[in-house]
Amino acid sequence: MQQMYLILLAAICIAIVFSLVRALLGPSVFDRILAANSFGTKTVLLISVIGFLTGRPDFLDLALIYALINFVGVVAVLKFARYGTLAVSGNASDGSVEQ
Amino acid sequence: MTEGIPVLTVLSGMCLLGGGLLVILGSFGLVRLPDFYSRTHAGGITDTLGATLVLVGLAFQAPDWISLVKLLMIMVFLFFTSPTSSHALVRAAFTMGLRPRLDNQDFDEQLLDGEAENQSHS
Repeated sequence: MQQMYLILLAAICIAIVFSLVRALLGPSVFDRILAANSFGTKTVLLISVIGFLTGRPDFLDLALIYALINFVGVVAVLKFARYGTLAVSGNASDGSVEQ
Repeated sequence: MTEGIPVLTVLSGMCLLGGGLLVILGSFGLVRLPDFYSRTHAGGITDTLGATLVLVGLAFQAPDWISLVKLLMIMVFLFFTSPTSSHALVRAAFTMGLRPRLDNQDFDEQLLDGEAENQSHS
């Protein structure tokens, strides 16, 4: 089973390299955000697999926190890319901004 | 050859291999696909089926109940948030004027007309 975890770790690391390539190449800012989101999901998987590989399932708490931060971070970066600042309350459906 | 290996280990190994394959394929599509919207599709493969298969494969090997519950929580959370963030990403890209790459230019004009109607409503 340890070999299976090691194979999975190698697969996730290759996938992380691919998504880093997209984050560096990305022609638009949304490509970079998409690559960062995908990177975050792979980080969750990587931490879970490392926890099972080393026999410490407590690492799942860290994976859970990374999943939460990833979602909030993507939404925050999207809002920043749209408005240029985080200190507005905007309605995204019609694009209006209330200062 | 396979005698002595528990069924749970075989199931877990199959799920982990399938999940790792899907994660690599999704990331490869993230590099290779030509367009932002099709890249979103490739990222969705990694986020939904790849992550779920890897977490299910780990759940077969869970040593106690609490780690099983934690794995299920991660699975449910990813199941709900990854379509949400993909939808927000695509919607933000479309409203900020990023056009999909199309062969049919008439359809592109229809898209632009639809956006003009949306802006006249608001």
